Amino acid sequence: MVDSTTGSAQTTEKSAKFEVGRLLLEGRAFLALIAIVVVFSILSPAYFTLGNFLIMSAQVAVFGLLAIGMLLVILNGGIDLSVGSTLALCGVFAGFLMQGIEFEALGVILFTPVWVVVILTLAVGAAVGLVNGVLIAYLKVPAFVATLGTLYVARGVALLMTNGLTYNNLGGRPELGNTGFEWLGFYRVFNIPISIIILAAVAIAAGFLLSRTAFGRWLYSSGGNERAAELSGVPVKRVQITVYMLSGVCAAIAGLVLSSQLTSAGPTAGTTYELTAIAAVVIGGAALTGGKGTVRGTLLGAFVIVFLSAGLVIIGVSVYWQTVFTGSVIVLAVLLNSINYGGKKSTS
Amino acid sequence: MTPQTITEKGNTSDDIDDAEVVVAARHISKSWGAVKALKDVNFDVHRGQVTTLFGENGAGKSTLMKILSGVHQPTTGQLFLEGKRVHVGSTNEARDLGICIIHQELSLAPNMNVRDNIFMGREIMGSTGVDFAEEERQTRKLMTELEEDIDPLTLVEDLRLGQQQIVEIARALSSKSRIFIMDEPTSALSATEVEVLFKVIHDLKSKGVSIVYISHHLEEALQVTDHAVVLRDGNMTAYAPRAEIDLEWIVRNMVGENFDLGSPPTGYDKGLAALELIELDVPNSTGNGRSVDGMNLTVRAGEIVCIYGLMGAGRTEMMECVAGRLQSSGGQVLLHGQDVSRLSIAQRIEAGMGLVPEDRQRDGLVQTMSVGENLSLASIADFTKRFLTSKPAEQKIVERTIKDVTVKTEGPGAAIGSLSGGNQQKVVIGKMLATTPSVILLDEPSRGIDIGAKAEVFGLLAERAKQGLAVVYSTSEVGECLSIAHRIIVMRRGKISAEFGPDVTKEEIMAASGEAKVA
Repeated sequence: MVDSTTGSAQTTEKSAKFEVGRLLLEGRAFLALIAIVVVFSILSPAYFTLGNFLIMSAQVAVFGLLAIGMLLVILNGGIDLSVGSTLALCGVFAGFLMQGIEFEALGVILFTPVWVVVILTLAVGAAVGLVNGVLIAYLKVPAFVATLGTLYVARGVALLMTNGLTYNNLGGRPELGNTGFEWLGFYRVFNIPISIIILAAVAIAAGFLLSRTAFGRWLYSSGGNERAAELSGVPVKRVQITVYMLSGVCAAIAGLVLSSQLTSAGPTAGTTYELTAIAAVVIGGAALTGGKGTVRGTLLGAFVIVFLSAGLVIIGVSVYWQTVFTGSVIVLAVLLNSINYGGKKSTS
Repeated sequence: MTPQTITEKGNTSDDIDDAEVVVAARHISKSWGAVKALKDVNFDVHRGQVTTLFGENGAGKSTLMKILSGVHQPTTGQLFLEGKRVHVGSTNEARDLGICIIHQELSLAPNMNVRDNIFMGREIMGSTGVDFAEEERQTRKLMTELEEDIDPLTLVEDLRLGQQQIVEIARALSSKSRIFIMDEPTSALSATEVEVLFKVIHDLKSKGVSIVYISHHLEEALQVTDHAVVLRDGNMTAYAPRAEIDLEWIVRNMVGENFDLGSPPTGYDKGLAALELIELDVPNSTGNGRSVDGMNLTVRAGEIVCIYGLMGAGRTEMMECVAGRLQSSGGQVLLHGQDVSRLSIAQRIEAGMGLVPEDRQRDGLVQTMSVGENLSLASIADFTKRFLTSKPAEQKIVERTIKDVTVKTEGPGAAIGSLSGGNQQKVVIGKMLATTPSVILLDEPSRGIDIGAKAEVFGLLAERAKQGLAVVYSTSEVGECLSIAHRIIVMRRGKISAEFGPDVTKEEIMAASGEAKVA
């Protein structure tokens, strides 16, 4: 016992020394965000303007929504590559409903109100997630492969639905009572875009889910050690399916927001967005092995990515260099992650 | 701790006087955090002879062998090869020094053929790349030597386990090492294959090759060994040449005078049957046999039952099936008379049954969560109201459990990795006890924890049994059977081979498990 007391005394000493370093490490996404804003504001007067922040927040909303869904999946130790395609499929599906559903036999066209469109679209997102979840939890397909498959299938279905074309008319008609789709992407309350409010609502809901519900505990434990969680009575399969469904729903919301922002729904929207979402989660400090990560970090990650690339555009850096910078930031974030988690392991 | 039993013949001196000593280990210690796997061990390997290491699970045999073969570095102590001090930094360095280990767990690539496995990393190069013909010729020669009819071009995954073991041995032979370490080489072999292996060992000895041998099969080991070294709890407790020893000597030194792990609690009446297994069958992982075969067992409330058996006897499978992790293929599991066979793990925990798994790192703990979150993991439902968890209610459960099982920790928020092995084990046990079970199954609860923690764990279980908890624990250390258990069940190949009361001897238990026949 003598050993263990001296041992713990040493570790407290050590942790005091590293406290500043750890604080910097843990708050790195936030510090990076501040640094990005400061640096670009100095470099370009156009950066720190309301107009630019509105543009950037529109992008943050889409990536943030995808990233929160992705965070849930990554906390579970999985990965969801299908979110970009699900986003496009849901956008196209919403666009399709907005055109009215024609029943040729009856000679009628059914126009659905916007709230019905929203609910049906979210259901489509959940359905894609359900397919992923069942493939992964029950049919034991590796998450990477299962969601890679749905990435192609969802994209293909979106292309088939429109024959490769884009729905440009999402306005609806006042006489049919289905207007208001653009509200999601354009309206503001107290100068805050609706899309950011939606993101905030989803983030708060996700944060609450993770920190205050039994499901949150199930998710963290099954991501940290699935076998231990299962033996402790956690319904690991149900948790797994649920996170993919929630990820699909997040992608559907993002799809609605994006097509509302663009006032068009195209089957090629959101290509490679899944990678941006993964990057946001990773920059936000989550571990790809599961069990570690927060909503706050993920949101910061989404802000970092969007604010960085927007800044690079504004100061006129070439598109090719932007890609190089974004990539470097991601690798740097993961590098810091491995120092962070690796360091914790060695002190234990 | 009790004083160590006397070293029967000391080779504890620091000088390596004997010219016949090829490898000498001096004052080797190895710790993993707070756990000391080896404590100041001295050990000699004699030229052209077989030295066997005896010891129970966790005594430190494998750790010592991994130090000799460069897998691990000793915390303190030195290794001498032919009298010269050497540093074995990796398995490659060990190989260059002529030390070769045949692992207990096979280390073959199943997707490659026998020839490629044998020459993996040491390919014979010809003028146009790898000389496959020469490799094949040598492989055939090795197989003839080992009297095994295996084509060099067969994929390893198509071989049965015993044949894979032969390939592993062939690979070691082909390396032309001077020192062979064989860790349980016969565990998968048939009787005739064992005979051939022993013939090969004799051949090797006559060529001056030295062998370090580890086996749980005591009688078999006695057939080939020239020297015996016994380890217990990381200490070398005895050392003697073959001529001076017999089975009883080994068993006596392996088991030793045990630390008092308590006695069966008495002074109360046991209740009704809490757990009943009726003709329980559990299929094994390959699906063509049974790891538990028609097992019947009744455990009453307040009773403590110990399950003893060798590795692979079916203890873990039985417990995992009862807890709901594995599907049974026949029979029934009754909890207070109710059939629970169709219930999920969560429902079984709800019904009052909990399993403390064998491997706490893999199955017991969530390393990414704190001590408190681990403790409350199995009782989330108890502090959740209408989907919301309640912090105060959780804290109450956690604090009560920390006190109940006496976890030494800075607080519920501490990282689980900051605890010692014994305290981690208490967290896993505490997690299950927090669900207020009526039946608790513990698979090797004392594995890898020090003797003081063992006594505390057993004391805790005895205390709970008095309050009516039915306790089933398994162990592969025979000394632990004779502690708190009211009944000792010995399992062998999926069946109960014997049942004893608390007054049985260690020798009787070991004989029933198939470990050794001691008169």
